Amino acid sequence: MAHSAVVSSEQYNYEIVKKFAIAAIVWGIAGMTAGVYIASELAWPFLNFDIAQITFGRLRPVHTSGVIFGFGGNALFATSYYIVQRTCQTRLAGGTFWPNFTFWGWNLCIAIAGTGYLFGISQGREYAEPEWYIDLAIAVVWVVYFLIYTVTLVRRNQPHIYVANWFFMSFILATALLHIFNNLAMPVSLLGVKSYSLFSGVQDAMTQWWYGHNAVGFFLTAAFLGMMYYFVPKQAGRPVYSYRLSIVHFWALSFMYMWVGTHHLHWTAIPDWTSSLAAVFSILLLMPSWGGMINGIMTLSGAWDKLRTDPIMMFLITSLSFYGMSTFEGPMMSLKSVNALSHYTDWTVGHVHSGALGWVAMVSIGSFYHMIPRLWNTTIYSSKLIYTHFFLATIGVILYITALWVSGIGQGLMLRAFDEYGNLAYTFVETVTFMHGPLVARAIGGMFFVSGMLVMAYNVYMTITRAKQEEKTPVIAVAQA
Amino acid sequence: MMLADLWMWITDLGNSKMVALVIFFTTFVGIVLYVYSNKARSERLESYRYVPFLDDDEHKPQAGSPKQGEK
Repeated sequence: MAHSAVVSSEQYNYEIVKKFAIAAIVWGIAGMTAGVYIASELAWPFLNFDIAQITFGRLRPVHTSGVIFGFGGNALFATSYYIVQRTCQTRLAGGTFWPNFTFWGWNLCIAIAGTGYLFGISQGREYAEPEWYIDLAIAVVWVVYFLIYTVTLVRRNQPHIYVANWFFMSFILATALLHIFNNLAMPVSLLGVKSYSLFSGVQDAMTQWWYGHNAVGFFLTAAFLGMMYYFVPKQAGRPVYSYRLSIVHFWALSFMYMWVGTHHLHWTAIPDWTSSLAAVFSILLLMPSWGGMINGIMTLSGAWDKLRTDPIMMFLITSLSFYGMSTFEGPMMSLKSVNALSHYTDWTVGHVHSGALGWVAMVSIGSFYHMIPRLWNTTIYSSKLIYTHFFLATIGVILYITALWVSGIGQGLMLRAFDEYGNLAYTFVETVTFMHGPLVARAIGGMFFVSGMLVMAYNVYMTITRAKQEEKTPVIAVAQA
Repeated sequence: MMLADLWMWITDLGNSKMVALVIFFTTFVGIVLYVYSNKARSERLESYRYVPFLDDDEHKPQAGSPKQGEK
């Protein structure tokens, strides 16, 4: 079916993959540290220090953009460039200039946008905070990314396009569509930063949440599934459980995700049928999501011992478990009756982090531990440190989401409780007092996760340093001889 | 006459939700049938599982060998 000749790794453009991988780790630590800081502000408000630039409202988009677009985005660029080359057995298109253009363009956009948030420059649209000039720059970078990826696929030496690339292509195309339409705006002036959305009222809200949930669906799910479909089989040393299931998984996700965004707007001024439609499609999404999860986990069938002996596999399979858990919790929360309790509470925040930390971050981390030694043609510095990282991350996620279940569900129940006369049973400040303990636990959970990232940074740094020493050693030996 | 009525119904924007549902649902059912209905095709599709291992210098697939397939 394919050209089965072993291709030398020298033919691939690994330099760009290395840059994106390192940038992902740097952004991961920066973005997650910002997250821990704002989580701490909620638990210990004195940390605001009356400085506007570091208050929760300003730092929160720095955290979300840092982790989603900084960590997640760079991880996706790195792994997609790596996977498309290796599965197509061809060098990345665009020479050295255009891939580097995507690297500097993407990272500068995030850095400039993030700095702006501290000074209140924001569109106020969740996960789409950058103002119009950054949006335009991102669109240009994205088109170049699309062209590099597509031309590489066209030039492939492997007749079949492996399913991981399908997921990456749907991520690239859907993100372009979402980014352009959600950011249609009119600048107040050509030299000013402020702009106003072309949409208004309910249409504006629905456009925003069509974007918002599909950012979850195509950026944080489809693309990371592409990562999963390559790295889980590679690390397990066995092919994916069912290729046909992966095809159905892909099309089912692509058909269904676009319909569900309105579940973020239950019980608001939107037409009721849009709310019901979103809930129905959210429930339907459970099937392809679990199909994909089972496909990933069953890849390990016959080699379950790797779950005890291989810390990278532990990251990958645990990430799939969290994927399964959060794709069960999400549809449940999209039911109108459940949403009446969960919306506007910390339960939503906990759910997001079950997906973001448990699924997205852990599958990226596992993939990086597989990919980074291969990029530098060496072995990992310390497997024990990967174990340490795994346990720090897992304890961190579990502490985080259980704390916010307690906080969110408790908060929801208190806000909805009535006394015998029909008055609210609790004042708002009583709910805040109740939430203090869980919010402290949440901040500690975040600290565990960031500590794991620091361990990873050290392990990767030592791996690269050792690889460079290994490169020099033969040269020195030859020179001395 | 009947075809003209059907065309008018399809092009009525008020029916767009139902039209979209019919198009997407039929396409999806078609994909599922395409993927699972033919044994030879199933074998060819399953052979693509081995693509990640084709340029590998460390791991080899655990079982079977890639089948002949087309682009």
